[in-house]
Amino acid sequence: MFAYLLKRLIWLPVVLWAVSSLTFLALRIVPGNPIQTVRNQVMDKSQLAQVEAVWGLNRPISEQYLNFLSELVRGDLGLAMSSGVPIRRMIYERMPPTIELAIVSLILSTGIGVLSGVASVAIRNRAIDYSVRTASILGLSLPLFWVGIMLIIIFSVNLRWTPTSGRIGAGVAYEVITNFMFYDLVATGNWEALGSFLRHLVLPGVTIGLTSAGFVARLTRSAMLEVMNSDYIRTARAKGLFERSVIWKHAMRNAMLPIITLQGLQFGAILGGAVITERVFAYPGMGTWLLDGILERDYSVVQGGIIFVALAYVLMNLLVDILYRVIDPRLRYSNS
Amino acid sequence: MWRRYDIALVGSSVFGFVLLVTILASVVAPYDPMARNIKNRFAPPSPEYAFGTDQLGRDVLSRVIHGGRPILGASFTAVVCALAAGTIIGVSAGYLGGWLDTVLMRLMDVMLSFPSILLAILIVATLGVGLLNVTVAIGFSMAPVFARLARSIVITLVYEEYVAAARSLGASDRHIVWKHILPNMMPPIIVQASAMLAVAIGAASALNFIGLGVEPGTPDWGMMVAEGQRLIFDAPHVPLFPGLVITVTVLSVNYMGDGLRDHLDPKLRRQGV
Repeated sequence: MFAYLLKRLIWLPVVLWAVSSLTFLALRIVPGNPIQTVRNQVMDKSQLAQVEAVWGLNRPISEQYLNFLSELVRGDLGLAMSSGVPIRRMIYERMPPTIELAIVSLILSTGIGVLSGVASVAIRNRAIDYSVRTASILGLSLPLFWVGIMLIIIFSVNLRWTPTSGRIGAGVAYEVITNFMFYDLVATGNWEALGSFLRHLVLPGVTIGLTSAGFVARLTRSAMLEVMNSDYIRTARAKGLFERSVIWKHAMRNAMLPIITLQGLQFGAILGGAVITERVFAYPGMGTWLLDGILERDYSVVQGGIIFVALAYVLMNLLVDILYRVIDPRLRYSNS
Repeated sequence: MWRRYDIALVGSSVFGFVLLVTILASVVAPYDPMARNIKNRFAPPSPEYAFGTDQLGRDVLSRVIHGGRPILGASFTAVVCALAAGTIIGVSAGYLGGWLDTVLMRLMDVMLSFPSILLAILIVATLGVGLLNVTVAIGFSMAPVFARLARSIVITLVYEEYVAAARSLGASDRHIVWKHILPNMMPPIIVQASAMLAVAIGAASALNFIGLGVEPGTPDWGMMVAEGQRLIFDAPHVPLFPGLVITVTVLSVNYMGDGLRDHLDPKLRRQGV
């Protein structure tokens, strides 16, 4: 297990180097740079050249690349070209909200998806099976940004249960420790702020959770169907075990493997969904930040954002592999 | 059994209808999608304006009818390009084998490990904003799916007796690929293409929604929902209808794809996945 982990971790810098180099090159192959596109209305040629020199954009690409790499190795992602704020600081500010959103979405999509998938197999009722299948294909078809706006219209505009946007109420006082707000607010016992925080998180979470639960339900259903036909399920039933125990202990544990793989892949879809959902709810996470960076062609922001997304994604896949080994003892003892 | 078949039929008909209306948009639309009428802004749905009017008094129904063009055009182009590129890559890798196979497929694996919507956003991030770049991004992110599928079919087909027979008769590689392999691999590829079309329509509307595709003000399903979001207090019908149409379209393509798969791939029929 340890040797395996080490082997996987050695690859991490290689992947990050490849992703960051590709991003660096792709950004510079396309004509136009952030200085020209953002500020060309207010500056004349000599001023443009001056600003480009400040950012090193007038130097040869090879030199810019080496510079970028040496800074990256030192963990320095540079400054945002549009605002001058260090990228590292922006990541510290923007990453926790997105992780919180991703966790809530993952919990909702797994919970709803697995439960309805199991229900459609375990409860032998055509109507339930049929409605789960219809709901899951509907979940796959709904555009997530539109679901978000419809939820805002219903729950924020008409029922006034939740706020329309943001991460926490404007007038709410709280202390920032880690910027993971759930932890910060629980640690300081700030229950009033926690309520406001959760009310802001629920709609974006439900938006992603509902739309990705369809995938999970479909896969759980087919994985369970396959497992339920196997010999050990017949044996378990023949032993006279309760059906509940057959489903949750025997069938579920084996159906878990494909579900966990899917959830690992879903994490990437959830990050992609977060970019769109954060836009809908004006939620101050990595998604809105990266999107603004794209629209302004801010090299440093796009680079920093993409490197970070890649890192999160690789780590998530690693976590899935570890979970695999925990759940499936056969893999634990094989030397892959 | 019959029920599933019926739904697939309904799905294809609905999608056919959407396509027809989109192609004939300028004939079918009751009003000019860009014509403003400030006096009549925020009008709720009525017999005169079936989907109501927006903040500039433009007819939402006419805009929805025209709004399918950017998205459907981009998704069709993207899927066709991805299918062509992916099939070429997959067939070359699978048929020729060797180091080419290894290199191409490792590359496809790396691309596949990223989910398509995220990959598409990242590609637009580097190429810049615009509908053409959205098309490129979606096509690029989907090509590996077709490559993997094509390769997996080719490596089983090359061992078929009719391929061995053709080869022993002295047929060239080109003849074998064009006459024996490509025609036999089409059914699963088409099933995959219909599934990817649903994904592409969703991705294109999402990218247009977040402003990476069409210009603001363009009649487009995604852009209309984005611009309609500002009107949730005054005229919630403006974001409602374009989103509803996206849902119906993607749903109909999904059901059409399920039907195609059941029809062309009977093995999956029993499981009802």
